[in-house]
Amino acid sequence: MQLPIQVKHFKGYPPEARHVATSHIELLRKLPAAFTPLLLQQVQEYDWRFPAERRDIDRQLTFLESLSDADRRRLFTGFEQLQLPAHLMDVKWASSPVEFSEQLANYLWPTGQIDAFHEASSTYLKAVFAAMPNQPPAAPRLGIAVIGKGVERNSYPLFRKFRTHGMHFTDVNPAHGLKTLLAHVADRAAAHPSSFDHWYIDGGHAEPVSNPFLTNISYSGLEPNRLALLRKINRAIHNGIAGPKALLSLLHKLQPEEIGFDTAGQNGAIVSHFATSLLTSGSGTQIFSTSFVQWTTRELWRRAQPLTILARFAPRQRQRPMNELLSGDEQTVEMDAPGSLIDADMGSFYMWLDQQRLSGAEEASFLIWFEDHHEAFVVSPSLPRNTESNSRVDMHWLLAQTG
Amino acid sequence: MTDPWTLKASEISESVSRSRREFLRSLTGAACYRSSFSISVPPSTPGSHSPKRRAIVVTFGGGCRDEETFMPQGQQNIPHLLKELLPQGTFFTRVENRGILGHYVATASLATGVYETFDNFASVPPQSPTVFEYFRRDLRRPSSDAWVVAPSNGFNRIGSSDARSFGPGYGAHVVLPKRFLKQALASRTTGDYARLLQDNYETPLFIPQIEGSRISLHEFAELLNLSVKDFVTHALTLSSPDELSLYVAKRLMRRYAPHLLWITLHDMDIAHAGCYSLYIEAIQRTDRLCREIWRTIQSEPEYAGKTALFILPDFGRDSDGSVGGNGFQHHRTGDALSRTTWLLALGPGIHENSVVDRPVEPLDIVPTLGALLGFDPRMARGKPLSELL
Repeated sequence: MQLPIQVKHFKGYPPEARHVATSHIELLRKLPAAFTPLLLQQVQEYDWRFPAERRDIDRQLTFLESLSDADRRRLFTGFEQLQLPAHLMDVKWASSPVEFSEQLANYLWPTGQIDAFHEASSTYLKAVFAAMPNQPPAAPRLGIAVIGKGVERNSYPLFRKFRTHGMHFTDVNPAHGLKTLLAHVADRAAAHPSSFDHWYIDGGHAEPVSNPFLTNISYSGLEPNRLALLRKINRAIHNGIAGPKALLSLLHKLQPEEIGFDTAGQNGAIVSHFATSLLTSGSGTQIFSTSFVQWTTRELWRRAQPLTILARFAPRQRQRPMNELLSGDEQTVEMDAPGSLIDADMGSFYMWLDQQRLSGAEEASFLIWFEDHHEAFVVSPSLPRNTESNSRVDMHWLLAQTG
Repeated sequence: MTDPWTLKASEISESVSRSRREFLRSLTGAACYRSSFSISVPPSTPGSHSPKRRAIVVTFGGGCRDEETFMPQGQQNIPHLLKELLPQGTFFTRVENRGILGHYVATASLATGVYETFDNFASVPPQSPTVFEYFRRDLRRPSSDAWVVAPSNGFNRIGSSDARSFGPGYGAHVVLPKRFLKQALASRTTGDYARLLQDNYETPLFIPQIEGSRISLHEFAELLNLSVKDFVTHALTLSSPDELSLYVAKRLMRRYAPHLLWITLHDMDIAHAGCYSLYIEAIQRTDRLCREIWRTIQSEPEYAGKTALFILPDFGRDSDGSVGGNGFQHHRTGDALSRTTWLLALGPGIHENSVVDRPVEPLDIVPTLGALLGFDPRMARGKPLSELL
């Protein structure tokens, strides 16, 4: 089954998205109804997408255009075989493909078709990547995680999940560590000047660093937007919004301007839309800075596919136990530095896993440092795995190992 | 390194099971074969259920993964399960949940023995008869004999189905301790109650209104045989909603000694907030609460020596390797690790120190309870766990 797509369906799309959709309208009319809105979901945001995402959308469309009708039908057999209810087609699949995708998932789970859907998606993506492989990055990717800000003493065993993948350093000179790391990512941005290829994420207040190609997001910097979002949510609940799904739907439709973002300029609009999505799609990102940093790195690797990310985890607010909440004392927000270190240790592992999913993973490096302390870990093609070094090293030396 | 995502789901599930088995072997220093592992507690004869027999089911309405529990790095989080409870029970290493991975709908499936298909966030009763309805109808038990203690509003309808010939008249009392706490505290003007009472860690910013039958605060206090003031005073000493649930469950056990009690713990679902340390803390707390439940059973005359205890997470959580997920944070991918979990059963007639590797399903709990307590769960799809009968 196909969707009766017409040009008017894309009337509400932003200019570039509308152009992409209408340019491929004949193709879109031939794709299965279970698949087309999922592709439109990507296209609809084309104007605010990172360059890597645009390339990915273009690649899919080029690939699909290149197939004969018979090959395309064969490729989409899995999607065609999904049994969908008629009412799903009533959803505004063109103007609100996100809503379609939510309702599709809500239907596939109870009808036992979710595995078939995953299989069909996997078949499709494999075919795209086989026909048009990812290009290698312009330079080996580098991920840097700085964890444990504010922790004086620690007994939690750090980097356990990394152990088999690189070298553990136990005597790092912490002097000027953060400054050195920031200077290094700024140098990388200068050496490979390209928009959205270099990022500095901070879970607290951002340190001063200046390079036009080093994009910066900090949790503190987003505080006005987070508070505006929470006010909006509270208002919606107070006004009797229908349930969790209605609330999620509201969040998905939220525009950056509605929570105080400035969308001036194309790059500004892209970053604002991205930051909005971090707060509206991420779970826990509105409340806990450690969740925010981890989710941001995940989304950056997945979407922007940058060359460099420096992520600095900072203490998140303490989760107060029930008896404290009941005590009725309105306290100032306390921070939980030791708990945040544990969060960040795991968050760094996920950051590395997500980096490994990109092209050029074999040449990529990852450095994780316990801020202001002597412990660090490096995964690099130039270092042996599953090893430990007790030699005295500094941050410059560690960075030199990342290539 | 073997990449788990490239394996087929069944192989992953089996591998999870194998790792649990291997770990148990290392823990006990012996092979985990039932024949060489069991000690001489005679199993009961099939069908020899006694009217005095009781059952308590404890589910974790926030799945947990092997990595944080049964794998070597996770064992420090569950010392009581490993060292005190496992040696006294039969452990099923491979429980595969093939239903929807949402906590209310999955727990309802556990309670009906049928994979329920309703919207996880909807306030609806299960479609198939619940274990409570079979139990009360077949054995002609009063309403005070079946109880559910659950964490959130979403579970308010789990006590009975809308199936014909069954329904609320045969259902369990459902107690939502947090709701009563909110009512009791309504007069207070300060305190961060909203965060305490967050109903569902999956949608932490949303607190739905309760639907379905209600018990008033004073009725609730009367049920527990304590004053509202004492209830609040005690709540002020507890650190989490699950501790409050356990407190309520213990009061119910002492006052009514129900033959069928279902407790759903929920603290570990804080994982949805993405903070690993909070998830780990909740697992450690749940481990401690499970021991406390078992010890309470042993110390209460109405329960000691008569009660089977079933402990199981409703499902797992996403694997680190699942591209569509975000590791421990959610259970959205439907990958093999998020579907594979375990079950521990303890009590009279149940083999001690025994491990079962064959795949079973959460749907098997209701038919097993039926065989133990003597009712016929005729619409349940699972099969009785023969190793427990």
